[in-house]
Amino acid sequence: MEKRLWLILKGYAKAFFEKHGMSDSILTVTNLSKSFSGVKALDNIQFDLKRGEVHALMGENGAGKSTFMKTLIGLLTPDSGEITFKGQNYKHTNVSKTLRSGISMIHQEILIIPELTVAQNIFLGREKEVSGKSGLFSGWLNDFNMNQQAGELMEKLGVNIAPEAKMKHLSVAQMQMVEIAKAISNNAKVVIMDEPTSAISDKEVATLFSIIRSLRESGVSIIYISHKMDEIFEISDRITVFRDGKYIGTKTAVELDKNSLIAMMVGREIDQMFPESANDFGEELLAVKDLSRKGAFSNISFQVKAGEVLGIAGLMGAGRTEIARVIFGLDKPDSGEIYVSGEKKQIDSPLNALRQGVGYVSEDRKALGFIPQMSVKDNITLASLPKHKNGLFINEESELYTTDQMIADLKIKTSGAEQKVINLSGGNQQKVVIGKVLLASPNIIILDEPTRGVDVGAKFEIYKLIRKLAESGIAVIMISSELPEILGMSDRILVLSKGKQTALLSKKEATQELIMKYAVA
Amino acid sequence: MEIRVNPPYNSLTRYGIFFAFLLICIVLAFSTPRFFTVSNLMIIGTQVSINALLAFGVTFVIITGGIDLSLGSMVAVTGVVAAMFAHPDTYPLAVPILAGLGAGLVLGGFNGLVITKSKVPPFIVTLGTMTIGRGLALILSKGRPISNLSDSFNFIGGGNILGIPFPIIILVLAFAVCAVILNKTILGRYMYAVGGNEPAARASGIHVTKVKMWVYTICGLLSALGGILLTSRITTGQPNAGAGFELDAIAAAIIGGTSTSGGTGTMTGTLIGALLIGVISNSLDLLNVTSYYQQVVMGVIIIGAVVLDSAGKKGRE
Repeated sequence: MEKRLWLILKGYAKAFFEKHGMSDSILTVTNLSKSFSGVKALDNIQFDLKRGEVHALMGENGAGKSTFMKTLIGLLTPDSGEITFKGQNYKHTNVSKTLRSGISMIHQEILIIPELTVAQNIFLGREKEVSGKSGLFSGWLNDFNMNQQAGELMEKLGVNIAPEAKMKHLSVAQMQMVEIAKAISNNAKVVIMDEPTSAISDKEVATLFSIIRSLRESGVSIIYISHKMDEIFEISDRITVFRDGKYIGTKTAVELDKNSLIAMMVGREIDQMFPESANDFGEELLAVKDLSRKGAFSNISFQVKAGEVLGIAGLMGAGRTEIARVIFGLDKPDSGEIYVSGEKKQIDSPLNALRQGVGYVSEDRKALGFIPQMSVKDNITLASLPKHKNGLFINEESELYTTDQMIADLKIKTSGAEQKVINLSGGNQQKVVIGKVLLASPNIIILDEPTRGVDVGAKFEIYKLIRKLAESGIAVIMISSELPEILGMSDRILVLSKGKQTALLSKKEATQELIMKYAVA
Repeated sequence: MEIRVNPPYNSLTRYGIFFAFLLICIVLAFSTPRFFTVSNLMIIGTQVSINALLAFGVTFVIITGGIDLSLGSMVAVTGVVAAMFAHPDTYPLAVPILAGLGAGLVLGGFNGLVITKSKVPPFIVTLGTMTIGRGLALILSKGRPISNLSDSFNFIGGGNILGIPFPIIILVLAFAVCAVILNKTILGRYMYAVGGNEPAARASGIHVTKVKMWVYTICGLLSALGGILLTSRITTGQPNAGAGFELDAIAAAIIGGTSTSGGTGTMTGTLIGALLIGVISNSLDLLNVTSYYQQVVMGVIIIGAVVLDSAGKKGRE
């Protein structure tokens, strides 16, 4: 109640300032656009950040948040649009310049050097500034000054971390505090925090929030990115929503509630992109019972039938990929059972999984999908090479024949079978990886973010392909962060939240709002 | 990312090292009349053979993203073991050969086993094996050279067939077998896959451990072949033989275009790399350049080859 009153008062104050021409915006973004090879990642983005506010940035995965952040800190150059910072036009194409000008970012992955001390990390790259010497001796390290200044920063933040402690001995939350100290030691006026609570406990979140509040009191503005609704409402003053690279709107936190915010984030129509489901399923091909892996997910149970597409939805870090990895034998489960065609199986390696008829197309094509130095042909036959054996040798003719057929079937755009995969577009690389898994003739196929980094046209083709696979009697599991895709493709939808199964919805009952509700439950 | 069309036979950069080799040969043929004689070419071939065998072995290893520093020590151990069974009128010729190859198999297999089971980097494991191997060679020979070897055994490194030195025949056969393994067999394809992207290879159902076991074992076998050849040529089992051979072999592979980060490399490239090293040291001998300068020249060539290669790659990208 008090909070609301305070915010309303603050709102009046702002209205007053704005009316009288005393704009208190520190950072204003107008009509910002950025395209990647014809695909608009940011489309006329508007953003306004006031002095001393916590401004949450919301949107589904792929909404353009991270592209936006990267343009703010100078990692990407926008195609058009304007950024005004401290009343001046701001054009930085260089991260260290951005830092010096007063914008800091705390990344989701904490970037520290574990063997150095807290103070050494805070002043990394700026040792000369704290050396207290000039000229020839400015390169002389001054640990005393560094420790003292780091100690002052810690005090300012109200945290108790010794500046002399080695980074590697700190907890994740403490490392984050050091990152924040580093950010404000740059005299930052704007601090961007990308999912700062993804790796810390509730108690540590409370400390983080009290630091954020004290920063706000001292006039620092914070752009706060998180998927966690409760946090957003607890900490932020205003919320801006992006969707598909477009600016949807900015509202004060008191104007919104969970449901209206979700509606803003997902409120799009599902277009006619998704081919009809056959609704004609065969026998059960895969069943998972009480599958658990410590620190990743627990008590997951589901079945998939021949011809069925099971969608797995959930936010990043909900445990979706981790489940797929266990079923495919990349990781070991701690408990639970996996049944393939009714038989209990121990799947302890991908080789074993492929032999049981389980195929997996990873979300991370570059890491787990293809071999960059190899051609389309060599990649596409890699999981089924023994089928092209001629005595001791590889039968290259049959290999080429199979590859050409797959290139035609999947409409892979390549100059030929000998083209290197690394030179193909994202969508075509994805098709090569799918082709590779298909040639291993799986009965069950797990597609993890099958359309990530793929442009719209190729997306549609991949959807058609998925439906075709299902119709041919394969059981398909599709993991996706894109709700329209999950809704459009799945016959049933498993929703996960923080490693737990929160719903198993039928196609009929599922809506974006309902999935989102269970995903944040 | 748009589609770029790479002509599969991108002439100069792809075969740069081959052209460099030809150019050097032509220059030498004109500058020193003795270079382009049959007898000198035979000498070069014989001198190159041992390094080339080791280089073939280490090419497999480097393609999978590994390294083997124990080649030189394996040459010593296998040479000593072969010599122990090669005294006249004791065992038939097959025994010393099989004993030497067996020793190479065991040492290479040991490398493979430790690397795949312990996850310790190959650099460290084979560094250990390098020292172990040297020690074993000294233990087995009691620190003394083993001489008095049979004539049939000495034929391996010193004999001719139709005027062609036997080491050259072994070199050609080994090259053919290695090139076929790398290009025409599933094992060869898997080597490229493991070196190119190990997690992706594993996710494609490749038994990565098995591939690595094979690679280090083959490398041990080729070192043994080199060890037998060397022992036969110098007609003694020398426990101190082969020191530093691993570096020449690695140099040949790298000059031949094998990337130390794994996933690329060819046997032809390695052969040319070994020949280039042989031709240059031969010609510097002919030109009466002292061996001190030869080492400097060799080092410059190694660095130059890789600089040119990466410049070529950048040009293509």
